[in-house]
Amino acid sequence: MSTQSAEQFTQPTENDILRVEHISKRYGAVTALTDVSLRLERGEVLGLIGDNGAGKSTLIKIICGFQQPTSGRLILNGEEVSFSSVTQARAAGIDVVYQDLALVNQLTVYHNMFLNREPVRWPLLRNKVMRQQAQKHLDSMGIKTLKSVDVEVASLSGGQRQAIAVARSVFGNAKVLLLDEPLAAMGVKEGAMILDIVREVKERGISVIIIAHNYGQVLQVCDRVNLLQGGKITYDKYARDTSVEALTEMVVAEYRQALEERHRAAS
Amino acid sequence: MSDVSDTAERSPGIIGDVPSGRHRSRVLNRAGAIFLNQREASITLIAVLLFIYFWASGTTAFFSHGSFVNIAEYMGPYVIIGIGLVLVMVCGEIDLSIGFVWTLSPFIMHFFIDSGLPTVLAIVIAVLVCSLIGLLNGVVTTVFGVPSLITTLASGFLVFGYTLTISSAQQINLPAQSVHIGRWFGGEAWSEIIWASVLVLLFHVLLRRTRWGLYTVSVGGNMLGAREAGIKVNRIKIGNFMMASSLGALAGILEAFKNTIIDPSAGQLTVVLTGIAGAVIGGTAMLGGVGTMIGMWFGVLVLGELQDGFNLRGISSYKYLMIEGGAIIVFMIVNTYLSKLRGSGRLVGTSSTRSTPRLKTRQAMDQIGARPFRGE
Repeated sequence: MSTQSAEQFTQPTENDILRVEHISKRYGAVTALTDVSLRLERGEVLGLIGDNGAGKSTLIKIICGFQQPTSGRLILNGEEVSFSSVTQARAAGIDVVYQDLALVNQLTVYHNMFLNREPVRWPLLRNKVMRQQAQKHLDSMGIKTLKSVDVEVASLSGGQRQAIAVARSVFGNAKVLLLDEPLAAMGVKEGAMILDIVREVKERGISVIIIAHNYGQVLQVCDRVNLLQGGKITYDKYARDTSVEALTEMVVAEYRQALEERHRAAS
Repeated sequence: MSDVSDTAERSPGIIGDVPSGRHRSRVLNRAGAIFLNQREASITLIAVLLFIYFWASGTTAFFSHGSFVNIAEYMGPYVIIGIGLVLVMVCGEIDLSIGFVWTLSPFIMHFFIDSGLPTVLAIVIAVLVCSLIGLLNGVVTTVFGVPSLITTLASGFLVFGYTLTISSAQQINLPAQSVHIGRWFGGEAWSEIIWASVLVLLFHVLLRRTRWGLYTVSVGGNMLGAREAGIKVNRIKIGNFMMASSLGALAGILEAFKNTIIDPSAGQLTVVLTGIAGAVIGGTAMLGGVGTMIGMWFGVLVLGELQDGFNLRGISSYKYLMIEGGAIIVFMIVNTYLSKLRGSGRLVGTSSTRSTPRLKTRQAMDQIGARPFRGE
C-alpha cells in the first residue's frame, strides 16, 4: 500500500455537496471497502480510478442506494442520509447510470426518457407531449446523434444509449450523477461525445462522479481525481496538479508492489 | 446480416444525414419500409398469401360463407386466450394453465346460474373467480420465484383435477334459461369472433398506449432496468397473469355457449399450445419485451385459414397436423429473418446507427426474443 501523506489529499471545502465518511463494506469474509472517505464539490466532476477489484463499483452502489455500507456514513448537503433503495437515493437527487442496464431496448427513446413519470391523459399516454419534450431536452443538451426520438433503443449504438441514459438522469432533476464506466467499449468519436455530454451536465451545476480507465479522457473532463486502491482512497488531487504520467505511475507502483510481494512469497 | 462493412457503408452513420445519391423508387421503398417495420407486417403478408394460395389452387369452397364462418368460429376462442398469452409473454412469462381455466369456467358459471343468478352476472362472477387462479400463478411466480412454466403447469393440473372432480368427468347441458341469451356469447356464428376482435382492439390500446402496457414491455424487456426505474415489477406480472386467467375463463364460457354443452374434456393443453403458436407466428417473442395483439389476431387467422383450407381440400386431420407443424416452422423462419433485417436497420431506410457486429447480433436477438446479452 502506498504511503498516505497529507499532500496527497485535497482539503474539504464549504462547497461539498456529498461526503462519504469512513465507509466500509464486507461481504461475509470478503472486505470490498476497508475505509473510504471521499468528497464531491458542488458542480465538479470527480474521476474515480483504480484497478479492477479495487472497490469502485461497490462504492458507487453504496452511494446510489443499491447496497448499504457495513459502517460509515453519507452526508448530502450537510445532512446525514441513508438510502435503502435506488429509488430513495434518486428522490434525494443522487442518480446512477449503468452502461447497459438502464434502458429498455424494446421501447422508443422518448418512452425510455419518461419511464415511470409518463404524462397521462387517463387512460392514454400522452405520446406527443413526451416526444416533443424528449426531443427538446436532448436538443438542449446538445445530443444530436439521434435521427429521431421515435426509434427503439435496441437500434442505437453504445454511445447513443449512454447519452440517452445520462440525459434521462438530468431530465429527472439529478443533483449528483454517478457514471459507472461510461466510456467502456467505446470508440474515440463516441467517447468524445460522452465527454461533451458530461461537460454539459457540469455546466448545469450537476456534480458528477465518473469511474473510468482511460486516464487521458478522465483528465480531459475531470476537475479532480481520486485513486481507489485496496478498498481505500490513496490519492486525491485536482486535475491541474496531476498528469496522465503521474496517475499511471501510481498504478504501476501498485502492480510493482504486488509483483514483489508475490516474488517474496514464492522464495 | 454478417456483412458489417456493407451496412456501415449504406447506413448514414452516427452524425451524417441521409446518404447522398439515388432517389430511385424512393417512395416505393419508403412505403415498403414503413410496412415491413411493423411487427405485424410479416404475418399479415402470410395471411394474404394464404388466401391467394387457396384461390389460385382452385379451392373455390374456401371463399364461401360457410368457410368464412368456419374460420371465424375457429379463431374466436384462440384469439381470446391469445390476448392473455401475449400479455404474459410480453412480460417474460408463460401461462399453460389458461387452457384448464377454459375447462373449469363454464362449470363455475353453471353453478352460479343454478343458484339463481342471471346468466350475464354468472358469467362475470365466473370470470372474476377464475382471475384468482391468475393471482395464484402470479404470486407463486414472482414472490416465490418459481418459473412460470412450472407454476402454471402445476396450477393447470390442479384446476383440471378440480374440474373433473366437481363434474365427475360428465358433460352437462347449458341451463335452459341461458340458451337464448347465449346467442350473444358464442351461440351465433359470428358472436365469438366479434367479442374476440373487440377485445383485441381494447388490449392493443392497453399494450401500446397506456402505462400498463409500457410497464409490461419494460418488465419483459429489462426487468432490472424497470425495477430501477421504480416500476412495481411483481404487480405488473401478477396483473397480467390475472388478465390471462380471466380471458381463458371467457374463452371457455363462449365455447360452451357455442357448443351448447359444458364439456370437461374441452380446452386443456392443446388450446394453449395453439394460442401460443398464433401469438408467436404473429410476432410475439417467447422471452418477453416484444408482442402484438394485432399480429396475434392475424397469427390465429393464418392457423384458421390453414385448417379450413386443407380441410376443404380433403386433407385428413392427421396429415393436416403435419402441415400445420411444418407451416409454423416456415413462418417462424420468415419472421426471424425479417426481424434480423429490421434489427440491422436495412428495412428501415432511416437507420441512424453504425452498429458494431456484437450490437447487431444483440439487436437481432432482441427482436426475436433471444437474449443472452441482456442483464449482464
